[in-house]
Amino acid sequence: MTVALERPAMAAARPVRRRRFSIGAIAPYLQATPLALILGAFLLLPILMIVVVSFWDYDFAAMYPDFLTTNYADVLGSWVTWKTYLNTLKYAAIVWALTLFIGFWVAYFLAFHIRTTAMQMVLFLVCTVPFLTSNIIRMISWIPVLGRNGLVNSTLVQLGLVPKPVEWLLYSEFAVVLAMVHLYTLFMVTPIFNTLMRIDRSLFEAARDAGASGWQILWNVVIPLAKPGMAIGTIFVVTLVMADFSTVQVMSGGQSASVALMMKNQMSLLQYPAAAANAVVLLVLVLLMVAGILRIVDIRKEL
Amino acid sequence: MSKAAEIDIVSVSKVYGATTAVEDISLKIPAGTYCCLLGPSGCGKTSTLRMIAGHESISSGDVRLGNVVVTDLPPARRGTAMMFQSYALFPHLDLVDNVAFSLKMKGVGKAERHAKALDMLKLMQMDGYASRRPAQLSGGQQQRVALARALITDPEALLLDEPLSALDPFLKIRMRAELKKLQASLGITFVHVTHSQEEAMALADLIVVMNDGRIEQAAPPRTVFERPATAFVARFMGDHNVVSGRVSGERDGLAFFDVPGGASLAASGQAREPGAPIDIAIRTDRVRVGEAPAAGLGFSGIVSNIEYRGATVKLSVNGAGIEDFTVILDDESFFARPVAVGDAVPIAWDVEDTIILGRLNS
Repeated sequence: MTVALERPAMAAARPVRRRRFSIGAIAPYLQATPLALILGAFLLLPILMIVVVSFWDYDFAAMYPDFLTTNYADVLGSWVTWKTYLNTLKYAAIVWALTLFIGFWVAYFLAFHIRTTAMQMVLFLVCTVPFLTSNIIRMISWIPVLGRNGLVNSTLVQLGLVPKPVEWLLYSEFAVVLAMVHLYTLFMVTPIFNTLMRIDRSLFEAARDAGASGWQILWNVVIPLAKPGMAIGTIFVVTLVMADFSTVQVMSGGQSASVALMMKNQMSLLQYPAAAANAVVLLVLVLLMVAGILRIVDIRKEL
Repeated sequence: MSKAAEIDIVSVSKVYGATTAVEDISLKIPAGTYCCLLGPSGCGKTSTLRMIAGHESISSGDVRLGNVVVTDLPPARRGTAMMFQSYALFPHLDLVDNVAFSLKMKGVGKAERHAKALDMLKLMQMDGYASRRPAQLSGGQQQRVALARALITDPEALLLDEPLSALDPFLKIRMRAELKKLQASLGITFVHVTHSQEEAMALADLIVVMNDGRIEQAAPPRTVFERPATAFVARFMGDHNVVSGRVSGERDGLAFFDVPGGASLAASGQAREPGAPIDIAIRTDRVRVGEAPAAGLGFSGIVSNIEYRGATVKLSVNGAGIEDFTVILDDESFFARPVAVGDAVPIAWDVEDTIILGRLNS
């Protein structure tokens, strides 16, 4: 009896539900619209303009709408470009290796050696303190430390360890790498710390129960499970280093080059189409690198 | 497949700062026994298990496994294997690598360890899933993999930390039967931590009831149920009414005592000096309703609640000084002479169904 009564009621409810469903069908698109507009206007459109401009012609004073591939031919055919790209990739590789090593151990210490969550948060905030000032100021503050008569050199000379100040501390590739590691390590610490905190601690006991030593646990359990965090940190660091020009300019004293620095110089010479072509090449290269990282490590479960 | 080992726990304590999790317990688990550590959460049963496993340091006392004192040995060198509550399977490894993990740590070659792991998975009927990751398995399947991973080390004792708590009720009962069968076929010692008395009764050869870091009773299930040693055990195992009072005297071989608030009850057993506190247990299913009691073997009370449970009916009766006295009647005898909430009924039991409970010396 109840079943027979319920059926007409359900049939009556059906058309109403269908009308509601049609509103519901466009709701997700409406919700996505604001972000799509912002990204379209401030990300896609500028990139599109860069791509368009990269095919234009130019002389010392103006740009002329055109469709030329000479800009790309200039970029890819120039020995200087290749050398600059290689130099930038070298920075990226060295800084990546150092930030990964330092970042992993800082995150490891924070995640596993600090017992209380409160202390973890305090120490984590301490890590972010340098970020309270701008990049440039943090870089410039290295100069009195590393300079010819800076803290390090005067200490070394006074201790009698070196007869005269060490020249390669500042305005050198060493200084560039040092500053970049200083600037970008936190981008590695944060995602790795996040993944380490998600590891179920009973896994370590299970590994110990199976006879694993501390290093075996690190190699067989911790590092494999930290890979997604390492991948995210790697993406941050690699893209930041590849796009960096201020650190290279300031810390190398103009003696070293990077792709972004090359673009900046082209722009100051009003060679916008050349810079645009360079930017497109760099963008493609970085996207390929990110795609490569994503192929090796599945980071989806971290997001 | 492997030799079983006797586990001997000798006055073991575990102290965390100011709190004592396990207080001076001694226990002998004979080789090849299925032993259940039973108790409410925080009673120290898991700490005890983890001390046997070596995942918790022992504050004082010793643990012996077979002929070896393992107190200071690392987990893997004790001859024990542990199965963790959440199974703790490695999420980044497939089932073969999970099971083969301990062999890999020992440096066994890839082909050999994979072959052994597959054999172990076959034993657990999980070989069809060998290349899956743990996240792709159901709870029961994960448990079998965890068992395979623990057993591949060829342990003398398997330690299980609430192995069934993550499963749904039906699976729980099925996996329970599998555990029992597995223990019988392997013949090794199993130590199983649980808070479910039903689980312990179904599985164990030896039940160790723990409370407040101490052992209340360690005995076979039937003894624990029929002769609970303390009021805690009687209450925790259920199906017993626990009544407390002070001894008033002895007559006809029965110890009489007064319940604060009224009734005077009796129980058979050794007499104590008058005034001493006493607890007795009365089986809920041995109580009769509507029958005038012999002296000290019953009381009159008012029915406060009736629960129909199918084969049985549960009555709650309040008497003088006795609150919520539970009576379980079979449905036939209840419906032959039904009572209603608010009725005053006499309640009676036989002297054989009373047990004088001991008290732990504290």
